[in-house]
Amino acid sequence: MSSKLMFNPRNAYGQALVELGEKYKNLVVLDADLSKSTKTIMFAKKYPERFFEMGIAEANMISTAAGFASCGKIPFVSTFAVFATGRVYDQIRMDIAYSRANVKIFATHGGISVGEDGASHQMIEDIALMRALPNMSVLAPSDAIQTKKIVYLMAQNKDPIYARVGRADAPIIYSEKELQKLKIGKGILVEEGKDITFIATGTMVEPALEARKMLKKSGISARVIDMHTIKPLDENLVLKCARETSAIITAEEHSIIGGLGAAVAEILAEKNIKTMFYRMGIRDVFCESGSPAELWEKYELNEKHMVKRAQNILKK
Amino acid sequence: MGSKKQMKKLSQEEIIKLDLMAVRIRKHIIEMLYKAKSGHPGGSLSAVDALVALYFVHMNHNPKKPKDPNRDRFILSKGHAAPALYATLAEIGYFDVKELEKLRKINSILQGHPVCTYTPGVEASTGSLGHGLSFSNGIALSGKLDNKNYRVYCMMGDGETGEGQIWEAAAVASHYKLDNLTAMIDRNYLQIDGNTEEVLKLESVKERWSSFGWYTIELDGHNIQKILEALEKAENNKNKPTIIILNTTKGKGVSFMENNVDFHGVPPNQMERNLAIEELTQLEKELGAKLNEQQTNV
Repeated sequence: MSSKLMFNPRNAYGQALVELGEKYKNLVVLDADLSKSTKTIMFAKKYPERFFEMGIAEANMISTAAGFASCGKIPFVSTFAVFATGRVYDQIRMDIAYSRANVKIFATHGGISVGEDGASHQMIEDIALMRALPNMSVLAPSDAIQTKKIVYLMAQNKDPIYARVGRADAPIIYSEKELQKLKIGKGILVEEGKDITFIATGTMVEPALEARKMLKKSGISARVIDMHTIKPLDENLVLKCARETSAIITAEEHSIIGGLGAAVAEILAEKNIKTMFYRMGIRDVFCESGSPAELWEKYELNEKHMVKRAQNILKK
Repeated sequence: MGSKKQMKKLSQEEIIKLDLMAVRIRKHIIEMLYKAKSGHPGGSLSAVDALVALYFVHMNHNPKKPKDPNRDRFILSKGHAAPALYATLAEIGYFDVKELEKLRKINSILQGHPVCTYTPGVEASTGSLGHGLSFSNGIALSGKLDNKNYRVYCMMGDGETGEGQIWEAAAVASHYKLDNLTAMIDRNYLQIDGNTEEVLKLESVKERWSSFGWYTIELDGHNIQKILEALEKAENNKNKPTIIILNTTKGKGVSFMENNVDFHGVPPNQMERNLAIEELTQLEKELGAKLNEQQTNV
């Protein structure tokens, strides 16, 4: 891991905003006293007149963003995932989703790798909450390069979108060239494999790739899908993997209820696909303080546990 | 559109005509709710006069161009008063008055609470209380950013200001000196569970808002002339948002609905509808006679 090139997706977000601010004169950014952490401060420095500090008042921030959108602006709204969704669910529901407002919610500090702050700040239900809203798309980019590209796609899109990244630095997975054709709603087949498929999202894509390497040594060929868009889900890709490999394991830094794993399970069940299947994620508990690595280990969300799961599931 | 207007002193005749329009809208409200068999009469009837003042005189808007970027905007934060907004929008020409009959019915452009994607002229989707002022802030900030002259008007219920989000928005509007924003409180003293002061004390409303840095005006919310004067004052007030406290009567215009909390969310039955229409028609006749008097005097 240590030899890998690391880059923080939050910085990629900040950089993308700065570049997009030049391209889109109607792009505005709102933050709730966390601009240093979400990196919207980079935009604020370059375009102070188009940056709106909303203070510790998230509900107001969300509805205000919708007001901006009604005037033809492209508002990007940022705070931690826990405050960007659960705290303001009703505002997102009414003013953004129901009204089909062109508001982009970009949340940082998603998942348990927020770490030491503890469960109060570890958002593991945001994908479920946002996925349940009509008109809302839900994204979780996996590395800094993809994050930047996804922020660009969000700015081009006219509909409500929720995107989340983690807090920590993340290894670079892609080159810019590899992501030229990136599309919202289209999963990426990152690595081929024929025995089992990992369908991972966000921070879990990289460990899935590591697990693949480890499994190879024991003669198991694992496919890795980067499902950066959880909604709309790339159903065809899920079905293709179910047909072509004998088991599917989903992996996400999120509750197993309502997130990527649930979305994949729903489509498999509705299409009557018989396959071995397991959801890796937080299994209906609140986690605790600790370092990201300790938390991923304790809650079974790292490459080691992915290998174990894959071996167990194929033994059956 | 967009240019600053001179205060126009309305004649007595013009004021009576506006009062007549308010009665007409109240009749629509009664008929709509009677046909819909559900909805909120009390808070719709109390809000009518301010809506007439805004849409028929004060606001810069064009029903033929509901998306004009320079238009003044009105946000009905107390979304349950939708019938009052719909009837006003229909009478001023945003859509056919016939649509009013379909309120709350399947396949209608008029949903139980306002939705911006359904109805021409409706700016924001409301119904969950406490959002509208924040939404208005977004429009006001956007207008400042673009150096636009349009203004934003937001009407809240008095009970609605129990929502914490209202006070987040109040702080932000004051912080950003949003003098292109005029908010209004329909101060009818009643909410579902009873008198506002018994449910969750609001007084002193005026001091609360002024302590948040707002310019406050308080007046009789059924006096169209006074409302228009206040709207002008708000427009000329600089560096602060304005709140107009409209002292109103819940159920205004229908004797047995006035100050009767039972009509917050219960529509009139047939007998009540007949009585209400009779009363409003009588009021219409009286205003008509007054108008004749004015016209013959000139």
